[in-house]
Amino acid sequence: MGRVIGKPTPLIDAVQKVTGKAMYTDDFKFPNMVYVGLHRSPHAHAKIMSIDTSVAAAHPGIKAVITGKDIPIAFGVLPISPDETAMAVDKVRYVGEIVAAVAGETPEAARAGADLIRVSYKPIKNFITPDESLVECSEDEKIHQHTKNSKNIHKIADLSFNDPKDGIASSSFTRSVDFKFAGVTHAFTEPHSTIAVWNGDESLLVITATQVPHYLHRTLSKVLDIPLHKIQVKKPALGGGFGGKSDPFPHEMIASKLAILTNRPVKCTLTREEVFLTNHGRHPTEMTMSVGCDVAGKITALDTDIVIDGGAYGSFGVVTSYYNGVLLQGPYKIDRFGFITRRVYTNKPQSGAMRGHGAVNPRYAVEVVLDMLAHDVGMDPCDFRQQNFLSENTKTVGELRITSNGIRECLETVRRKSGWDDRYGKLPNGHGLGVACGFFISGSALPIIWNRYPQTVVHAKLDFDGRIVMFSGASDIGQGSDTMLVQIAAEELGISMSRVQVEVADTKLTPVDLGSYSSRVTFMVGNAAKQAVDKIRHQIAASVGNEKSVPREAIQFADERVFTDDGKLNLTWDEAVDIAMAGRGAFVESGFYISPKLGGKFKGSGAGLSPAYSFGAFIAEVKVDPMTGQVSVIKVWSAHDCGKALNPLSVEGQIEGSIHMGLGQVVSEDMRYHNGRLLNANFWDYRIPMTLDTPEMDVTIIESNDGEGPYGAKEAGEGPIHPVLPAIGNAIYDAVGIRMTELPITPDKVLTELRKGGQQ
Amino acid sequence: MQKVKLHINGFTRTLLVNAHETLLDTLRERLNLTGTKRGCDQGSCGSCTVLLDGTPVLSCITPTIRCDGRKILTIEGIGVNGHLHPVQERLASDGGLQCGFCTPGVVMTAVPFLQENPDATDDDIKEALSGNLCRCTGYKKIIEAVRHAAEDLRHG
Ligand code: FES
Ligand code: FES
Repeated sequence: MGRVIGKPTPLIDAVQKVTGKAMYTDDFKFPNMVYVGLHRSPHAHAKIMSIDTSVAAAHPGIKAVITGKDIPIAFGVLPISPDETAMAVDKVRYVGEIVAAVAGETPEAARAGADLIRVSYKPIKNFITPDESLVECSEDEKIHQHTKNSKNIHKIADLSFNDPKDGIASSSFTRSVDFKFAGVTHAFTEPHSTIAVWNGDESLLVITATQVPHYLHRTLSKVLDIPLHKIQVKKPALGGGFGGKSDPFPHEMIASKLAILTNRPVKCTLTREEVFLTNHGRHPTEMTMSVGCDVAGKITALDTDIVIDGGAYGSFGVVTSYYNGVLLQGPYKIDRFGFITRRVYTNKPQSGAMRGHGAVNPRYAVEVVLDMLAHDVGMDPCDFRQQNFLSENTKTVGELRITSNGIRECLETVRRKSGWDDRYGKLPNGHGLGVACGFFISGSALPIIWNRYPQTVVHAKLDFDGRIVMFSGASDIGQGSDTMLVQIAAEELGISMSRVQVEVADTKLTPVDLGSYSSRVTFMVGNAAKQAVDKIRHQIAASVGNEKSVPREAIQFADERVFTDDGKLNLTWDEAVDIAMAGRGAFVESGFYISPKLGGKFKGSGAGLSPAYSFGAFIAEVKVDPMTGQVSVIKVWSAHDCGKALNPLSVEGQIEGSIHMGLGQVVSEDMRYHNGRLLNANFWDYRIPMTLDTPEMDVTIIESNDGEGPYGAKEAGEGPIHPVLPAIGNAIYDAVGIRMTELPITPDKVLTELRKGGQQ
Repeated sequence: MQKVKLHINGFTRTLLVNAHETLLDTLRERLNLTGTKRGCDQGSCGSCTVLLDGTPVLSCITPTIRCDGRKILTIEGIGVNGHLHPVQERLASDGGLQCGFCTPGVVMTAVPFLQENPDATDDDIKEALSGNLCRCTGYKKIIEAVRHAAEDLRHG
């Protein structure tokens, strides 16, 4: 082992991408293609009284017009909350919701046609803030009819172990702090895009920018009433997802419907403004975080009360509600633990899953509160954390099974590298250091669509040409999962990566995979891929062993040769393949992954279960200008335990990308609304960090070698975002003595706090 | 409609264009040069960067009629005889891309920049690439790749 695995490996499609040859959805064209124009609601909450499509339909170049009634079947990425339709039926629930759509000969005709649709509305009371949604209203004002008690509460998730409130009340030190987080969005660079083709045999091909072809496949079948076996969803090159391309989307259903109606290929690419309106980003959040500890700084109890703003629809919100709470059970041992999360519907674009799903905001809150407690007790914040960590091979109070755990090494590493012991609390005024930790799931142990299938299946094919083709439904969204498949095959078979190719993310060709979200791909698909190619190796060894009369266990695979150590057997890869082909030709082997049965027996015990957890500790250094309130992040030291880095280049890239995204949320990103209208639906006003904002980054990969991960690997795509934000928040305290409890930390908020003269 | 002559990647095309047609539309929709990306269509992300007479411009806010008689270089025209330009080489080998959607714009900004600033420091590189948004990489490996490409060019 170790010829390919563990080596920094450029992405297999890197050359395609640097030359502009990689094909993203919008780069495809089909003969006779038509384009979609979308008509969107100007109201946050209104009844649709009538829709007049006649003028639009008569406009030159318009081939079809559809409205909500044409695709009325409700969907939702979680089968438990199907509360959305492809276009609004009867009422609209946010500014920007799609009400009608046209297919036009050109993009211009489509836009003009969409503008000619006339809708008359009767406004209903708006619910813009969570506070408005938490109070009673009349039944016919409610955003969704299914919510209970005349309120707009979508979901209440709560768990409690060992009376945490009492635990906090009886602690020597306690802190209870209110936090507020603005909504942020993925801001991937490639806008959503879909092409739908209706074939002569009444099968539907959908090429689309999705992280989860499988969910879209199922949803299209449901809402369009087409049999599953007549649908093919394909993901070409994809320009970033971060959770924002995980749901099945209205525009994908609309393009498909229009392809059927016009019998022509249909393209729908959203504008940047539409991408912002589609959102599904991190929930705006308000919470009270209460933690207690004893005089020695041992955490005694944690209790938190959280309200998350779901926007108009459900998306992954039920999962988000649980993740906000359950993912506070680590990386510290906390025996008295509780949370309640209320997810409310509001009349805004919906929130959903975004990198670090559900756990990023509560992580900020808890790490800031722990920092306060460390100061209360009079302990160094690193020492305080060190003594509270969960061990390896243990269980949390809510029965999350912890296996490998490199958190101690992570913290020791960043502490040493940053010079923490010599510098913390001693930097000149305006300069500060802050520390924070985190942990995250390597895939959810429970699938969101319950069935007895594995969570992934990978096929590996060997043919006469000596090429291995890996078939996987996993979506490479830039994180490098295609490269991982190739690395694993090359590693196991002792061949060069150039002999291995992939067929991926195509629901007709590739076995089902549950998609690229919840940091599941390396762990689950990696295990399945390894199993599939191991079977190929055994097959070759069996054939060669038979024919050459050598014991198959003695046969080795390396350097494109198949050989025994004693030199009796020494074949080239092609010779071995030739022998393996005899009498049967090409063959395919299959590998799969099913998570072991995990978790407790109580209601809500399934949330947060994962076969393995990643861990991390970060330290940030900031400079705060007391005159302007500007926070500059100078350097971030990060150590992340991903079990084993199959491709260190990609793992570093995930950590660096997480620092970028965390930095954006903590200092500038903010979805701003006025009466439900998104004010900053563009990159000018929604500021993501650019090169000049980029801090120095020191990245260390910690390898705890997980017993169940492929080669020991765990996740690296989401865990690293969690510590970034609170490390910066805590560094601001070290710099100027203020506790920032509202994100983003913009200069005006810093100045306000500075004027108050700092707290605590 | 107006007739324009565009010298694109060493080949001359004559087209009739509307006043409102952008160079990005012309390249992607009419000439099938889809390597140039449309990230925002608002001049805010840099993914549509091409060279107009050797200078990087945002093609999404450049009217095609203003390009009459001028030289345009797109990502498809970078690198010679099947060889990658060192900037491309390094972005690919050093992890300077993930999803790759911002990459053509980064290449089209960095290539002329290094030509004029062969000894660029990291701060210069950051400044030069400040208009190219990347959501995946955190920029670190992009900046390093461009610095390495500069070294390759100097020693090349
Ligand atoms: S597409 Fe031109 S700057 Fe974004
Ligand atoms: S690599 Fe994805 S946006 Fe830059």
